[in-house]
Amino acid sequence: MKKNKVAILAIVGVLLLAVTAYASAKSTKSSTASASKIAIVGVWSGDEQKSFEAVLKGFMTKNPSISVSYKSTGDNTPTVLSTAVAGGNPPDLASVSQPGLVNDFQKKGALKNIDYARSALNANYPPDISKIGVIKGHVYGLLIKGANKSTVWYNVAAFKNAGVKAPTTWPQFLKAAKTLKASGTDAYSIGGADGWTLTDLFENIYLRQAGPAKYDALSHHTIKWTDASVKKALSSMALVIGDTGNIAGGTAGALQTDFPTSVTNVFTSTPKAAQVIEGDFVPGVVASSNKLKPVSGYNVFPFPAIGNTQNYVEGGGDELMAFRDTPAIRALVKYLATGAAQTIWAKRGGYTAPAKTVPASAYPDAITRTTASAVGKAKAFKFDLSDLQPASFGGTVGQGEYKIFQDFLKNPKNVNGIAASLESAAAKAYKSGK
Amino acid sequence: MLAAPPAGGPGVLRRHAVALGFLVPAAVVLSLWIVYPTIYTIVSSFYGKDGFSYGKGFGHGFVGIDNYKSIFTTSILVTAIKNSAIWILVAPATVTAIGLVFAVLTERIRWAVAFKSIVFMPMAISLFATGVIWHVMYIKDPSQGAVNAGIGAVKSWFTTPGALSSASPSTPALTGSADKGYVLHKTVAAGGIAELGLTAIPPTDVPASAKQAATPQPKPGAIDGVVWRDFKPGGGTPGKVEQGELGLPGVVVELFDPSGKKVQSATTGADGSFEFSGVKGAGYKTGIGAATFAKPFAGVSWLGSRLITPSIIIAYIWVWAGFAMVVIGAGLAAISREVLEAARTDGATEWQVFRRITVPMLAPVLSVVFITMLINVLKVFDIVVSIAPGSTQSDASVIAVQMWRQSFGGVNDFGLGSAIAVFLFILVVPVLLLNVRRFRREV
Repeated sequence: MKKNKVAILAIVGVLLLAVTAYASAKSTKSSTASASKIAIVGVWSGDEQKSFEAVLKGFMTKNPSISVSYKSTGDNTPTVLSTAVAGGNPPDLASVSQPGLVNDFQKKGALKNIDYARSALNANYPPDISKIGVIKGHVYGLLIKGANKSTVWYNVAAFKNAGVKAPTTWPQFLKAAKTLKASGTDAYSIGGADGWTLTDLFENIYLRQAGPAKYDALSHHTIKWTDASVKKALSSMALVIGDTGNIAGGTAGALQTDFPTSVTNVFTSTPKAAQVIEGDFVPGVVASSNKLKPVSGYNVFPFPAIGNTQNYVEGGGDELMAFRDTPAIRALVKYLATGAAQTIWAKRGGYTAPAKTVPASAYPDAITRTTASAVGKAKAFKFDLSDLQPASFGGTVGQGEYKIFQDFLKNPKNVNGIAASLESAAAKAYKSGK
Repeated sequence: MLAAPPAGGPGVLRRHAVALGFLVPAAVVLSLWIVYPTIYTIVSSFYGKDGFSYGKGFGHGFVGIDNYKSIFTTSILVTAIKNSAIWILVAPATVTAIGLVFAVLTERIRWAVAFKSIVFMPMAISLFATGVIWHVMYIKDPSQGAVNAGIGAVKSWFTTPGALSSASPSTPALTGSADKGYVLHKTVAAGGIAELGLTAIPPTDVPASAKQAATPQPKPGAIDGVVWRDFKPGGGTPGKVEQGELGLPGVVVELFDPSGKKVQSATTGADGSFEFSGVKGAGYKTGIGAATFAKPFAGVSWLGSRLITPSIIIAYIWVWAGFAMVVIGAGLAAISREVLEAARTDGATEWQVFRRITVPMLAPVLSVVFITMLINVLKVFDIVVSIAPGSTQSDASVIAVQMWRQSFGGVNDFGLGSAIAVFLFILVVPVLLLNVRRFRREV
């Protein structure tokens, strides 16, 4: 009996050792990728996947010896990549929506730089956009799909009913909001249940009011969130979110309205509000839930200028990063940065090209032409600031920026308190690096 | 159980081989999926954001007990621990109690099977789907959320919203509030005109009979006036009756004498005009009563920061009450009827029978349900994530949710996530021990 127990224990122990030994052996094993086969994983699925595959097909027709395969990992991409890198078996290329991941992997030494794409970048991209993936002087991320978050979407009938034209400046915007209210339609629909809608609003105001230099400084936390420029932008933001009677559902309602609902609130036949301030992905929600037609039913105007800031764009997008460096990968990365490659995707719709060499005529409809070509010709293009923050501060539901801006929506008078909370949360996140 | 085998004989080897053959699959599964991950998680909980990595060795990223300190110093984690405590105190006991009541009651009603099936039905839905359903039911807007729609329907038996519930004065000339009604600040004398401009009225609230607003001619011995929608596309000039602005018919206007007493009321016509006749002297005030502006029921903030945890617990009880009822019902069926009958014959009331006989005899079953619920509640996760909107995720958070949030769900801090997992494991251990002891007793 006792002997049996010992034997069993010994066997279990041996098994455990074998398992751990195998696991550690595996992590040190280096994998070799064939030069003519390229594996990409990324966030694009559904139609986006099909469009990207069409772009890849364009590459493969030109380079028949190279075969490129794309696998969608959707929203799980960060987890999939972290695991793959930890396991020593990353894909050749990966596309991610979080620029913080590019920094993370660069710091871990998992990335190969793509400086070889520099000339393609300079030839095709606006200066601000070509700088986006640069870390310590080397290119590690290539923005491949842009997003314009400096847009305001409005219900055409509600604007017509109030006799309001699409405003171009901040004072006009605030005045139009008053007129909309007087006409009986609330001016704003705010998806406050999703904190990122609020950070986007702040970032748009901050970029225009404080300027690109301060915006960069704040995104690297070289100035504090208690800076006067931040407080000034918060006060301006309070003119919108503090206009409680002019928000669909009031403050309490806005806090429980998620982004898709904030869009449908505006684009129904009896709208609860006249406009929603969000990025170029709004039409996707409109199309999935409403019968309003573009241009005649709903339309878009650029986020109003504060001072001389026309064509300033706060945006985002998906970056491509390289875990390996082979001639085939080099050829593919250079190809993807060209206007020709991106035109293929632009023509298929649902896409904003970061390359300025994609002609506006490539976009399939009037609205995309407005929102997408604004990125290529942007005077200043800045990446979504919250996306550049450590995740615990800028990207986690229920804490950090999301939570604090929701508190701000709850109490828009508390500018100083909010600035202080933001600073203490940011300081903590930067200190621990997460 | 084994007779002492002859040492070294071939039978021993064979017997061992058979025993091993049976044990190895379980041992492999257990070590791969339970033992190894547990050890790895415990080790990782002492490391920084990437957790422990074989490639980098034990020294890399070691942070000692920092992660455990963060659990009790980070405000969102402290909230999560507090909420978990509320869950533990409220949910298992309530589920067991409700299950017991249902089980006892279903013994006595005619449609017991139908009732039991209905109460048990939520168990067939995944907790995540339950969360989505309840999220929709809890929405604040009564036109969307079923719970608030119900409350609103009951409320509407007692109060009706006003015809111009969203209207507000177009100029500061009208003072007051929607709750008290608006009064024209300026006094009017006999033969005078009162203009009450309202704005922020949706076109759908304007009656179809409304016509172009018109200021009536002053008449001696009367006070005339107009109530109109002081807005035309583009805004117009507030306080001025303009071409393109509609009168508001059917509005009850009140006249107050200089002492503030209400003396007359009149209803506006299609062009918004009204008239108080037989007025003498000066110092009159005109106004519109609060009833016109009474707001419709706006809905209870079930998903707001204050009610979110109770709201989720209610949904959770809705799911698990059926399970408790079925298990307790089975225990109830096993109780000897004779004891109950004997008690009744001896003159015990139904309450006494329930309190002194049924419950004590059911104690083992009740404790099974209670302990099962306790373990379930400690690891409650999906229903919290799916009911709470983003703005109250932090108010609703529990330990298991934070375990996920801090590791996979955003922060990507696997060290802290592991520490929370270990903390949760330590919390579950006493309950598990209790359960194991009970199993032993039963065997």
